[in-house]
Amino acid sequence: MQPILEVHDIHKSFGPVQALRGVNLSLIPGEVHALMGENGAGKSTLMNILSGVFSPDQGRIHFKGQDIILPNPATAQAHGIGLVHQEIALCPDISVAENILMAATNARRSFLMNDRELRERATKILSDLVPIPVDEKVGNLPIASQQIVEIAKALTLDCDVLIFDEPTAALTDKEADALFRIIADLKARNIGIIYISHRMAEIFAISDRITVFRDGTFIETLLTADTTPDAVATKMVGREILNQFPAKNDNPGDDIQPLMSVRDLSDDGFLRDISFDLRKGEVLGLGGLIGAGRSELAHAICGFGKKTAGHITMHGADFAPKDYSDSIKNGLVYLSEDRKGSGVFLDLSISANISALDLAYVSARGFVRQRMEQNRAEELGKLMSLRCAHVSQPVSSLSGGNQQKVAIAKMLSVQPDIIIFDEPTRGVDVGAKSEIYSILRNLAADGVGVLVISSEMPELIGLCDRILVLHEGSIAGEVEGETMTEEEIMKLASGLGGQNGSPAKRGVAL
Amino acid sequence: MTMVKALKSGTKSKTETTKPETTTLENGVHNRMLGIFKAREAGLVAIILIICIAMSFASPYFLTWQNFRAMLLSFSIEGIVVVGMTILLIVGGIDLSVGSVVCLSMVIGGKLFLMGVDPWSASVIAILACGFIGFLMGQCVTRIGLHFFIVSLAFMVIARGLSLLITKGTPQSLFSLPPSFKFVGQGDIAGMPFVIILFFGLVIFFDLLLRHSTIFRKVYYTGSNEKAALFSGIKTKNIKIFCSTLCGLLSGVAGVVYMARFGAATPQFGIGMELSVIAAAVIGGASLNGGVGTIFGAVLGAALLSLVTSSLILLDVPVYWQDIIRGLILLVAVSADHLLNRRKRNTSAQS
Repeated sequence: MQPILEVHDIHKSFGPVQALRGVNLSLIPGEVHALMGENGAGKSTLMNILSGVFSPDQGRIHFKGQDIILPNPATAQAHGIGLVHQEIALCPDISVAENILMAATNARRSFLMNDRELRERATKILSDLVPIPVDEKVGNLPIASQQIVEIAKALTLDCDVLIFDEPTAALTDKEADALFRIIADLKARNIGIIYISHRMAEIFAISDRITVFRDGTFIETLLTADTTPDAVATKMVGREILNQFPAKNDNPGDDIQPLMSVRDLSDDGFLRDISFDLRKGEVLGLGGLIGAGRSELAHAICGFGKKTAGHITMHGADFAPKDYSDSIKNGLVYLSEDRKGSGVFLDLSISANISALDLAYVSARGFVRQRMEQNRAEELGKLMSLRCAHVSQPVSSLSGGNQQKVAIAKMLSVQPDIIIFDEPTRGVDVGAKSEIYSILRNLAADGVGVLVISSEMPELIGLCDRILVLHEGSIAGEVEGETMTEEEIMKLASGLGGQNGSPAKRGVAL
Repeated sequence: MTMVKALKSGTKSKTETTKPETTTLENGVHNRMLGIFKAREAGLVAIILIICIAMSFASPYFLTWQNFRAMLLSFSIEGIVVVGMTILLIVGGIDLSVGSVVCLSMVIGGKLFLMGVDPWSASVIAILACGFIGFLMGQCVTRIGLHFFIVSLAFMVIARGLSLLITKGTPQSLFSLPPSFKFVGQGDIAGMPFVIILFFGLVIFFDLLLRHSTIFRKVYYTGSNEKAALFSGIKTKNIKIFCSTLCGLLSGVAGVVYMARFGAATPQFGIGMELSVIAAAVIGGASLNGGVGTIFGAVLGAALLSLVTSSLILLDVPVYWQDIIRGLILLVAVSADHLLNRRKRNTSAQS
């Protein structure tokens, strides 16, 4: 079959940085073509070129039998190339319906809006995806629903090529399944789909071909059926990744006093009667669907949220922080899930970021000691195998994986007793992921309490010794060892599992 | 430190697999960024020097001590306000009330003096009153959740109204101020006006504090990303109130110095001052989005504006043209900065 879109020898540089050095890609109508590579490999740059955001320095874009030039996004859309953005680009203060049909409204001839038609069309599009109230303002929706709106918006365009840039990064597995059904439907309509994702499992589930980029160069295009995840991962990083996850702890300290015990924790209406123990030496996972209350639980423990009932002890002593800074002083820190929004200070230097939690450590009499701060940052940066030229460079100049390492180093700088990691590897590439996993495991081995919240089930299963599963604000059950399977977690997360005799439930009874 | 040791052994093998290409790529970005950061202040110095050289050919009066002294004097007192404004801009705020607050400080100080209070105590009370206004604004912003723009707009009108109320709308003559107090505004030390010495003292003091003290580091954290600051346990509300109060106090200081300089308290003084103060801070590199800016840069911004004004006067440019040219300079400076920043964002976007 003739390719609908061919990209030849595209080069693009930003100042001295060569983002793309001669990449190729061909897309056949009705195929799902996965584009893989580590962060910084140039995937997003190429997609921005195809959607008219950037112009290439060199190279050709051949579309439907002729060379085209895409000076702006409107031209790309007019040709029929649509992009679902990785970062959500919606207007938070207007309704879901208006957001979805923004392009249609823009193209509309009539002077007046037709609100009823708008609502009907938006409802119809969303009914194929996930039902979301179309009159709600987008800013009031959780991130996952916003992502759905972003996808729905792209579906309204009459496209022949649709690009998905990490569409599932913020979705739960159930929502992702809905998206895959839609992608299958688009495929049947002969639309060519370019699909970018870091999740190997879904790539192998839905794609027909895989193209791998590394450091801005084209490596290879493979038939998905003829290759394996390991082979693709090896091509992506240019070296072999032997084992993504570090070895688990065979001998968690069951008998000794837990590092932290949470009993009957509730907040104002959502979290109900949550009880669990965090043991020394283990990595404890916290799973569940988005909206099940995982982050809320973390917030309630570390003093961000209001807890109305319940009792927490750390090392056997009462732990009741007034606010988060009190929690830090008492040895419990929280790594936020939203790295760019609330994890790092993008325009400040690496060293200033790392010392943010405990400025007193690197200062004397109210003044920051520059040398001490830099040494501290270099020391922690080395432990995290942070890749940077110097700790004085701003965090915005780092890749996603390295930014996350800075955020973790920031946590470590206060030598905490317990760290809650909320989505520690979101938007992080394969190589950095496995480095972060070993860091978490080493922390646990060294006696630091590690609680990991994650939406990626393979990550929880591969990394954790034990997983608590939340469902609608309470603990639905716990999986460990043999029972730690995706099916079991999914059952608990969706409220189907009747694990009545779980240790967590027994904890309530005590 | 045991944890740290454990980490060391655990990540050793990974360190060896570090890709050299990544390092060089980020190295390139790094050098570039350094270049841009330096460019901001160095660029202003260069522009100021170019104008000075050009002007020394264009006007025989330019390269005289009298001229330089007049230029320094013209922005020294307002420069004290620029310091406060820059701090508030860094934390992500803005203060439109500075002109009115400067005037209020002058009027309160003057009125108290006329009522028989000694001028030094009167000044302290006036400065504290202005600090209190800043504190109130900070409270409105953090407690109610309003934006600094709106709150300070309201206080701009309130402070102006208070000045008119206190003086009943008429200028107060303070010629009976004692010479020791007048010295603050009019005196010289070894030929250098005390006002200039005071200004540069404050500039050096606050520049060092902003660069090195922990409290001002927290100001940068809060302005750069308030949420991340909260998630680092920083009490961002207190930091904002602190900056707003400091800005009020510095406006109060400026008002008192104006009183000593002019020997009068005029209720119409300082109208429009907020605009030139914000312009100076922004030309000097402060961002309305918070998180960036230096006192040194802001002073250069103020110096540039003052230099241009006095050059235009020396060149006999009609007065209406002077405003147009100053506005254009603001536009060009901010555009240049924005374009440089956009390139910076692009280079970091794909790494």
